[in-house]
Amino acid sequence: MADLTSNFIGIKSPNPFWLASAPPTDKEYNVRRAFEAGWGGVVWKTLGEEGPPIVNVNGPRYGGIYSGDRRLIGLNNIELITDRPLQQNLREIKAVKRDYPDRAMIVSLMVPCEEEAWKTILPVVEETGADGIELNFGCPHGMAERGMGAAVGQVPEYIEMVTRWCKQYTRMPVIVKLTPNITDIRMPAEAAMRGGADAVSLINTINSITSVNLDTFTPEPTIDGWGAHGGYCGPAVKPIALNMVAEIARNEATANLQISGIGGISTWRDAAEFMALGAGNVQVCTAAMTYGFKIVQEMISGLSQYMDEHEMTSTSEIVGRAVPNAKDWQDLNLNYIAKAKIDQDLCIKCGRCFAACEDTSHQAISMSDDRVFEVKNDECIACNLCVLVCPVENCISMEQQAAGTIDERTGKVVEAEYANWTTHPNNPSSVM
Amino acid sequence: MPNDAQTHGIADHRLSPPDYADNFSDLHAPLSDHEALVAADRCYFCHDAPCMDACPTTIDIPLFIRQISTGTADSAANTIFSQNILGGMCARVCPTETLCEEVCVRETAEGKPVLIGLLQRYATDGMMAKAHPFSRAADTGKKIAVIGAGPAGLACAHRLSLNGHTVTVFDARTKGGGLNEFGIAAYKSVDDFAQSEVTWLLSIGGIDMKYDTALGNGLSIDALKADYDAVFLGIGLSGVNALRAEGEDKDNVRDAVDFIEDLRQAPDLGTLKVGRHVVVIGGGMTAVDAAVQSKLLGAENVTMVYRRGKGRMSASGFEQELATSKGVRIIYNAAPLRVIGNGAAQAVEFAYTHTVDGKLENTGETFTIAADQVFKAIGQTLDGAPKGLKLSGGKIKVDAVGQTSDPAIWAGGDCASGGDDLTVTAVAEGRDAADDIHKTLTAEG
Repeated sequence: MADLTSNFIGIKSPNPFWLASAPPTDKEYNVRRAFEAGWGGVVWKTLGEEGPPIVNVNGPRYGGIYSGDRRLIGLNNIELITDRPLQQNLREIKAVKRDYPDRAMIVSLMVPCEEEAWKTILPVVEETGADGIELNFGCPHGMAERGMGAAVGQVPEYIEMVTRWCKQYTRMPVIVKLTPNITDIRMPAEAAMRGGADAVSLINTINSITSVNLDTFTPEPTIDGWGAHGGYCGPAVKPIALNMVAEIARNEATANLQISGIGGISTWRDAAEFMALGAGNVQVCTAAMTYGFKIVQEMISGLSQYMDEHEMTSTSEIVGRAVPNAKDWQDLNLNYIAKAKIDQDLCIKCGRCFAACEDTSHQAISMSDDRVFEVKNDECIACNLCVLVCPVENCISMEQQAAGTIDERTGKVVEAEYANWTTHPNNPSSVM
Repeated sequence: MPNDAQTHGIADHRLSPPDYADNFSDLHAPLSDHEALVAADRCYFCHDAPCMDACPTTIDIPLFIRQISTGTADSAANTIFSQNILGGMCARVCPTETLCEEVCVRETAEGKPVLIGLLQRYATDGMMAKAHPFSRAADTGKKIAVIGAGPAGLACAHRLSLNGHTVTVFDARTKGGGLNEFGIAAYKSVDDFAQSEVTWLLSIGGIDMKYDTALGNGLSIDALKADYDAVFLGIGLSGVNALRAEGEDKDNVRDAVDFIEDLRQAPDLGTLKVGRHVVVIGGGMTAVDAAVQSKLLGAENVTMVYRRGKGRMSASGFEQELATSKGVRIIYNAAPLRVIGNGAAQAVEFAYTHTVDGKLENTGETFTIAADQVFKAIGQTLDGAPKGLKLSGGKIKVDAVGQTSDPAIWAGGDCASGGDDLTVTAVAEGRDAADDIHKTLTAEG
């Protein structure tokens, strides 16, 4: 079995799977169960400053989006940071870390944007023996209204400033957790880097309203007739998170910034994808909230099998492997020509490919009286929609046309050379 | 084709070769990749899952199904084999409808359980085609004798070898597998799977097989105790209950287990002789296997007669339905009075039964069924167990980890007390006894 040991910014854990700062990591009881289940580390749910703890709503905190078969694919959350006393959390963190010295223990923090507040909390966290801290600049609801969380994360100057304070007042590694509720994720990442952050983690949750009750006309989740936007997470946000991770990984200014990937990770494959796009490790929440802590066993066995099959001995061999292949649109090879191909043996004759192509694409699939569906190569632009709507795996595939053959759609010879938009004759600003 | 279903008496070649092949093909075809993904997608990954509790070997079913759904079927196979090294055979022969699939929450919700057995087969077949997933621990220098190469003995031997012990398995027959090889219906284990599984299991190494050797026939328990550090008995039930009905010694009245064994070992099913009118007496899996296979060999009329009601039958509802779907007629609440015939069986006379004050009694009404072949399937008994071991309910008395009344002897499978007489139960008992033997031998230090 492959060695899954992870070393993320000097923090070691037996595997790269951490639980994200969230409801599952709010208490000693949960975190002990997580470690018993096999999680490599946790980011303890965000602590606030000393004093009366914050309060949460007493109605529904979560809303959800289902795919068919009631599979929870998106979760919306309006819970705030921990509502338990600071000292109690610190005691519990210390006790758990003492009993699980091989696991990563990161403490998430959110205090007012004042130097004194950070200067005060950092030593008491350090005293627990925690391995690092994560600055919660991401929570988009409640705390942001009070000038914390996403309110900090949306202002690069604040990110830089607070990160610098933290690096100044603690020896612990500092991870800056980023909000996706901004226009360009590279700006806050660069700010964190300027402030001296050891890593960024992303994404935090996305502003969202999951649904509206059409009998009462209230947004869900509803508290006494009203609803407020919450933070969206779960499998549905994974593509957004993957892109943001890639944006930072392939940005020259932040190319060496370590990334902890977060966003809808449910399986070993999701985790490996984040790592391939530059994440040194990953954090998980919704999948654990949906299925329980035991899912980490599948992540461990799956990543291990994948690494064995690819003769990899360290998770670092996955990290960043896909980054050089993540490009801008203008870099893509316009001489690459593909055509859809339908495997008639696998086809179950549902006709979804035909409906999709005929109604919404390029009329490139024919349908016979006896329901045989075939691709018309002289119409197919290889858009991939038929592949996506086909219910049978591998029934429709995209086949590259060999150089030198004729593209029946354009009547032109398929060129062997790479050529992109920047040099295309139709581009008024092409550099020939 | 010289014979057909209407040929009188007992005859071979009642069917054409393609019919035999078709009748004895896989009962449940294996899942394709697509079917496996669709089936796996239905699993809810239940917490503390009922299916796992219902499995005698406690396979982590939700985990292995999730592993299939994430494209790592080999990891799924590991999950299965780490609990049940005969997971391949169990995927074929387990009565899942009364075990894992019966308690599946989707059975509760929709009357359609997740296809756990077929998914297990999907994962295990894939791995078994590649390699053996485990390697032995460092040699402990301990030697253990395992008597019986059936599911219990093989599971025990494998687990012992895994833990670094050296194992010698003795079996009375010429090849291993026990009832997997000799005792279950052919359509549940096609393509010589039982032997492939034995070969694959043994590829872990450290296990020496000695065939044609049985207790009392070249083996003495005292010598084994002297030569080995521990002894495990997985000797099954080799005795057969008598009908205790008049005329049971007539020709063509056979034990169903012998008929099934002949069928499993026949290189050409066409050479097997089967009656035009077959009567099977009994209500267990062996009775169903004999009845269904008689029908599949081309018998015109096959009747299974059980002395109690449908609900008391030890063959599951699924097995009963399988039998009736193949054309077997099942008569409940009737007991055999006598086999009629001049030398060979021609008919069996039965009496209807009912239960009075908890006791089964004949009602007084009788009927007769034509039978040129009669199979007895009314249970097997322990035979040839070492003298001196305490018994319980006619079986070798064992504790929860398989230890007998002799501290150097463990036992499991059908010959041991406790548990149902199922392959999967035998595997669990063999495995657990191995773990206890390991614990005992390594604790001695």
